[in-house]
Amino acid sequence: MSKTVNDLHQLRAPEGPPSDVEGIKERSNLLRGTLAEVMQDRISAGIPEDDNRLMKHHGSYLQDDRDLRTERQKQKLEPAYQFMLRVRLPGGVATSDQWLMMDTLAHKYGNGTLKLTTRETFQIHGILKWNMKQTIQDIHSTMMDTIAACGDVNRNVMATSNPYQSEVHTEVHALAKQLSDDLLPKSRAYHEIWLGEEKVAGTPETEEVEPMYGPLYLPRKFKIGIAVPPSNDIDVFSQDLGFIAIVENNKLTGFNVTIGGGMGMSHGDTQTYPQLGKVIGFVTPDKVVDLAEKVITIQRDYGNRSVRKYARFKYTVDRLGLENVKAELERRLGWTLEEARDFHFDHNGDRYGWQKGVKGKWHFTMFVEGGRIVDYPDYQLMTGIREIAKIHKGDFRLTANQNLIIGNVSAQSKKKIEALIDQYGLTEGRHHSAIRRSALACVALPTCGLAMAEAERYLPGLMDKIDEIIDENGLRDKEITIRMTGCPNGCARHALGEIGFIGKAVGKYNMYLGAAHDGSRLSKMYRENIGEEEILKELRVLLSRYANERQEGEHFGDFVIRAGIVEATTDGTNFHK
Amino acid sequence: MLQLQVTNSPFNEEQAELLNRLLPTLTEGQKVWLGGFLAASPSAAVSAAPAPAAAETAAPVQAAAAPAVSKDVTILYGSQTGNAQRLAQKAGQTLESNGFNVTVSAMSDFKPNNLKKVQNLLIVASTHGEGDPPDNAITFHEFLHGKRAPKLEDLQFSVLSLGDSSYEFFCQTGKEFDQRLEELGGKRIAPRVDCDLDFDEPAAEWIDSVVKSLSEAAAPAAQAAPAAGTQVAESEYSRTNPFRAEILESINLNGRGSNKETRHIELSLEGSGLTYKPGDALGIYPENDPKLVEELIAAFGWNPDETVTINKQGDVLSLRNALLTHYEITVLTKPLLEKIAQLTGVDELHELIGSSEKLKEYVHGRDLLDVVQQFGPFGVSPQDFVNVLRKMPARLYSIASSLEANPDEVHLTIGAVRYNANGRDRNGVCSILCAERLEPGDTLPVYIQHNDNFKLPENPETPVIMIGPGTGVAPFRAFMQEREESGAEGKTWMFFGDQHFVTDFLYQTEWQKWLADGVLTKMDVAFSRDTAEKVYVQHRMQENSKELFEWLQQGAAVYVCGDEKNMAHDVHQTLIDIIEKEGSMSREQAEKYVADMQQQKRYQRDVY
Repeated sequence: MSKTVNDLHQLRAPEGPPSDVEGIKERSNLLRGTLAEVMQDRISAGIPEDDNRLMKHHGSYLQDDRDLRTERQKQKLEPAYQFMLRVRLPGGVATSDQWLMMDTLAHKYGNGTLKLTTRETFQIHGILKWNMKQTIQDIHSTMMDTIAACGDVNRNVMATSNPYQSEVHTEVHALAKQLSDDLLPKSRAYHEIWLGEEKVAGTPETEEVEPMYGPLYLPRKFKIGIAVPPSNDIDVFSQDLGFIAIVENNKLTGFNVTIGGGMGMSHGDTQTYPQLGKVIGFVTPDKVVDLAEKVITIQRDYGNRSVRKYARFKYTVDRLGLENVKAELERRLGWTLEEARDFHFDHNGDRYGWQKGVKGKWHFTMFVEGGRIVDYPDYQLMTGIREIAKIHKGDFRLTANQNLIIGNVSAQSKKKIEALIDQYGLTEGRHHSAIRRSALACVALPTCGLAMAEAERYLPGLMDKIDEIIDENGLRDKEITIRMTGCPNGCARHALGEIGFIGKAVGKYNMYLGAAHDGSRLSKMYRENIGEEEILKELRVLLSRYANERQEGEHFGDFVIRAGIVEATTDGTNFHK
Repeated sequence: MLQLQVTNSPFNEEQAELLNRLLPTLTEGQKVWLGGFLAASPSAAVSAAPAPAAAETAAPVQAAAAPAVSKDVTILYGSQTGNAQRLAQKAGQTLESNGFNVTVSAMSDFKPNNLKKVQNLLIVASTHGEGDPPDNAITFHEFLHGKRAPKLEDLQFSVLSLGDSSYEFFCQTGKEFDQRLEELGGKRIAPRVDCDLDFDEPAAEWIDSVVKSLSEAAAPAAQAAPAAGTQVAESEYSRTNPFRAEILESINLNGRGSNKETRHIELSLEGSGLTYKPGDALGIYPENDPKLVEELIAAFGWNPDETVTINKQGDVLSLRNALLTHYEITVLTKPLLEKIAQLTGVDELHELIGSSEKLKEYVHGRDLLDVVQQFGPFGVSPQDFVNVLRKMPARLYSIASSLEANPDEVHLTIGAVRYNANGRDRNGVCSILCAERLEPGDTLPVYIQHNDNFKLPENPETPVIMIGPGTGVAPFRAFMQEREESGAEGKTWMFFGDQHFVTDFLYQTEWQKWLADGVLTKMDVAFSRDTAEKVYVQHRMQENSKELFEWLQQGAAVYVCGDEKNMAHDVHQTLIDIIEKEGSMSREQAEKYVADMQQQKRYQRDVY
């Protein structure tokens, strides 16, 4: 951390033999591997591990229904293998046609539901191997793809789903798309394997190259997000590379740049930790793509390729030193960043209900519990949205909080949309407590291979019980972000929840407190390995104290620090202290 | 067990008959007891009888030590032009007229593994080309000269060889068999005779000398009838005396959400002495559904505890138990309905039987309860009624395991049969018994039904093509287990199909392992309800027609098991289609090709 600019020439990647995944990428012939063959094999619905590693770069990976593992083993059946497919949807904006296609595919090839992810995109779960090609082709037919939605590359680029500053939003969304497109792998593997593109004859002169990534791609995944204050819905500080829009006189003048954020960590290894990105300066919009490319090449060259759990960009930045990375970046850019500008975030949640934007367009933000689009027995959520998509001429915006905005509704159409919203009881969540509306959960069991505990399936039931405590204490309208993940990898950005839970084992969670409501401070572990009874016992005390002792306008995350319940985490490096 | 006869035992005809009737019904325990009883009895002259009888020949001591000499003679021929075959048959007839039990078989039809069980072996073999065995003797010849050839110390043999003395290796094959059988421990009962082109006279002499020495050997030694002690002993359990096998395991092979339920049942054969080979079937005597029995008795208005006599021997059971265990109540046949009509005098029944069309429609998906509910109650006595019923028949299931791989066990693959017909849910008697009412620890009466027409090729190198969708998979699991156990090296190709990949891929992980280990060379699967267009095994055969024909040309044996009506028929047509197309043959030629395969036992079916 104390390194100076003078150390610049000593910048080095960590020593050590390359990890197994590096070898797989190296042998893969730019992400091809034997995917084309193994997808044809009819004897197993699975694919070998090496190919599955490559598969991620195509936006998908193999999972199995973990609920059925033991049972199927006894039945002499292989695990219930299925693929998760994730769409690349920059800024989370989809057309009605695209929504309808995803809805159709979810029913035709998936498990009949759609997951809106914490990175503003669609996931379909439960696709069988032999349906993958058709599913990807159908997605492609509506101008979407799944390239680089997972894997050691730049992932889906997020942008604030800000409905009430539509002009800035339009610009920001365009930039998100530009970034996403520009940073795509250039290999034709995806087109050959899934879309039936003819292989280009590989003469030495025309040998395919990855100009930016190189043949090994990145040491680990890489995430970019653009926030438009006062909303920090995308948790800009959790991104490897973040952009904070600076709007002056209603005009987008440029962005403050943050680097080195990331949520994941490993249980029991304090060398791994969630970290917040740090602001290193300001750039004008025209320079954003150039800057992003150069940041990525620094991670490409200096990231840890030996130990994957130390490979995220945040560790590279912390190891090399922020100033050194900035200097190297400016050296690669050939120009220097401007001084960072002032900005202010209010919150990282969504604003529900109807909002009026510019040009007389309306936006309706609805609450989607767990981001799961499904028809419940008493709540036809999926059908309702499908009916809206059939007549909606605006767009759909998938938010970072797993909610959905029916965006750009004209005044004339608003009545019709409203009628459907009423007919299907689609909800902005007003009848829910504010805390429930501010809850996030990752997928976890039964499909996620990493999950140690439940998240999406469990949180709603837990929220019912938390709601009772909330009501006892008169906190129904108080927004407190609550986030639960089934493992420490942080898909639901647990370390930025004012109340966070990380799964340790089935029914057991570590409990975290003290993150800032606007996403600018990480949480701290409060209790380790506790079950539901203890969770509720703790919350009963904490929320009662918050109800009685809080100051005017004080958020829960700030209160627990002022009250001395937990110490503030001032940097990722002291998250475990 | 050996059949006692006047000629092979010290008993007179009546005694032999009585003993023959009694002995097979004895359990192992009863035999032991009886043996002890007779030995201890002062009047046990019977048991002493063997000694004087044996004294008639040269060496009684030797006779006692020697294995039992049976009157069963196996004659194997290796024949190119048919001469050896005719001579073998002639020898057989001669021996039969001398009171021997003779089996005459081409060497290619003889299971080498059975050689150990043969006590008297005659070989008639011609020599082909440059001292080579004829085609139908090649595999047997190889087996005998190979590592797997068994020790044959209990064997008595003699060889008749045919040849042409103008060739260098005159009667070479016969000489080799003769020498090899001796090496393996066999005792020559008559010297080998080598015949030239004019073979009639020397061959006749050989037959005479063989008959003579076999008769001499058999007469004294046959007293050793208590051959029960040797390993050839067969099980006391049979179709008429089933073994109560304990259920060790019962698993539903279909995953959640399947339309089907296929039970994998593992049964213990421990202590039964029952043995089987892949391709054999297991017979099960099931019990009827207690609920159906109850409803049937209620429909009649009878008392379930009333007793009925169930057979000519006068055995008595309660009505309830008789209907549960002894009688068939789920199948309607014309004779049954005729008897009921006669018994009850119901006009409508007579009318129904009068129209064969109506009758056919009526019996489909109906059972006795329907008849009683529709035409009864008849006011007949339980005894009169059960008298017209058929005895419960056994259900046969293709065995899904290899005894080599699972000693003392037999596995089955049973599809649960459930359907609704004529307003009532109906169940398969045996399959639902196994699926719903039995669990590990319970027992089932079983026996082995051997099936010589569904057997792996004798040559382990012969390519094997297996087509077994649904429960038709069963014998092929047995095949694979057996080949894995024996290390058979020929290539194998499995075609499997069912409704859905995720839930209905029966024994999926086992197939995957066999593929990975190379026990299975190739596998193609068809899941009919996973795609818009229904795909069946025959479509996968078509897709692979070129390679499939190549396998056939390489001598592959094709096995089909499963549904007869649709699958087996379509597969048969597809096979002909493939041969016609890939072999550039006319339809007739292709059909002939398949017929020839059948003739050569290279196309075997177990369909139901």
